[in-house]
Amino acid sequence: MIDHRLLASQFRCDLRIFWRSPQSRYFTVLLPIVFLVIFAAIFKGRTRVDGQVVDITTYYVPGIMTLGIISASFVNLTQAIVAQRESGVLKRARATPVPASVVIASRAAVGVIVALIMSALLLVIGRVAYGVRVPGSTMPGLIIAVVVGAAAFCCIGFAVSTRIGTAEAAAPVTNLIVLPLYFISGVFVPEDQIPSFLRGIAAVFPIRHLAQALRIPFIHPHGAGIAAGDLLIVAAWGTVALVLAARTFQWSPRTA
Amino acid sequence: MTEPIIRVKGLRKAYGEREVVGGIDLEVRAGEIFAFLGPNGAGKTTSVEILEGYRSRNAGDVSVLGEDPASSGREWRSRIGVVLQSCTMPGELTVGELFELYASYYPHANSVDETLEAVGLQEQRSVRAQRLSGGQQRRLDVGLALIGDPELVFLDEPTTGFDPSARHHAWEVISNLRELGKTVFLTTHYMEEAQFLADRVAVIVAGQIVSEGTTQTLGGRDRAPSDISFTPPAGVAPSQLPPELALAAELRDGRIHLQSQHPARTLHALASWAVDRDLDLEDLTVGRPSLEDVYLQLTEGGELRP
Repeated sequence: MIDHRLLASQFRCDLRIFWRSPQSRYFTVLLPIVFLVIFAAIFKGRTRVDGQVVDITTYYVPGIMTLGIISASFVNLTQAIVAQRESGVLKRARATPVPASVVIASRAAVGVIVALIMSALLLVIGRVAYGVRVPGSTMPGLIIAVVVGAAAFCCIGFAVSTRIGTAEAAAPVTNLIVLPLYFISGVFVPEDQIPSFLRGIAAVFPIRHLAQALRIPFIHPHGAGIAAGDLLIVAAWGTVALVLAARTFQWSPRTA
Repeated sequence: MTEPIIRVKGLRKAYGEREVVGGIDLEVRAGEIFAFLGPNGAGKTTSVEILEGYRSRNAGDVSVLGEDPASSGREWRSRIGVVLQSCTMPGELTVGELFELYASYYPHANSVDETLEAVGLQEQRSVRAQRLSGGQQRRLDVGLALIGDPELVFLDEPTTGFDPSARHHAWEVISNLRELGKTVFLTTHYMEEAQFLADRVAVIVAGQIVSEGTTQTLGGRDRAPSDISFTPPAGVAPSQLPPELALAAELRDGRIHLQSQHPARTLHALASWAVDRDLDLEDLTVGRPSLEDVYLQLTEGGELRP
């Protein structure tokens, strides 16, 4: 079993590192908010998605939530893990009695907590600025989607970190992975404007499924708001990534 | 005789075809500062990382604090402190926060205040790690290695890249570990560092230990001949010395050098000869091979002159 006192002290430090890093504050926290405001200002009117016609802002709030969650979990975590590995921090921790599980769980917890905070922030902005609402009945479904998505993308982050050799390469590599997928997965561009072959490619990857799972609670107010199929695909990606990460995770710097 | 803190027998480590540690034996006793001295690439870091439990080995018996580091657990790790050759703590955290985090890792941690004081970082407690100077960052590393009250501290090239004043400051911090009763395993490529800090030294070259002893006896330094030298007065050649001295005389860099196992006798003969000829030999010096001479000879594979 994991030592909760130890996990709490590690988590406090990892969360402080997150908030005190300008890169986290600008790219993970500020950028999704700026993107929501810009997209809502550029694109007007309505869009057709999942057989429903919805206001474009109702489309973009869960879309940019996808961006916020993936930035907080996958992008930020991968960069932090590679940086801490290459600077020797992870290696140093391995020579102390702190269990590996505490170091890993703490960093993942930061990803999930920041993803929840970003989602709440975007939800509030969506409601206040654009009148986008989530019915109480589907709110639990939305929270489940945020947590499952963030946890899965943390696992993907741990797996991808093992493939990146230097701290300098972490930002370009993670952005190269997510940026094209954001465009074809309906995060930046409404789904009805994406050619079907690109949607088909996007359907293989987890970003489109997370975006769909986050959208359901907004546009289907009468169900439970749980897109079980999409969440299962996201969770499957996370599980496979976790198994890969557990096999290949590295604690010592690659560049010595 | 108590069990040594570190006991290594026939340790070998190869990366593929390349053997970096070629069968070494070591013993480090409780309370001593042991220096593992050698040029870059001699196998120091590989050896120390095997002792710390980071790396596997190809052959040999290794016991550190009575356990094999390769299969040791949390309890064993709580008894060691480690300063890695290169490690930069997260710059966003303050010195105090890092000490508290590391203290939380250990079952019987020392007090944060006392440890800050031991490494001279009380003033920097609320300073973020990224704002520390290079010397202060190293003291932070040493402090974090001490916070768990370890019995054994590993220091891998603790002062590489330091200016002389930062180096002396770090040495003081490390010598204080002796007073705290810690056993210290230090690797370094600075002979001066080993001389200042270590009770015992082993010199490793190309994966082999070429000499071991105190800084006084290393490489047979205590038994090495004395070197008597002077600038020959105008018109005096080594061959004009008394026969028993002329045999041992050698002209190098404009000075006559005499190697002698009996410096008093040699000096007496030399002085009589000089006084008879009314020569002053103003720059006469008598020297012993410095630790640096010994080290250079060892690491270049040369033997001490007989």
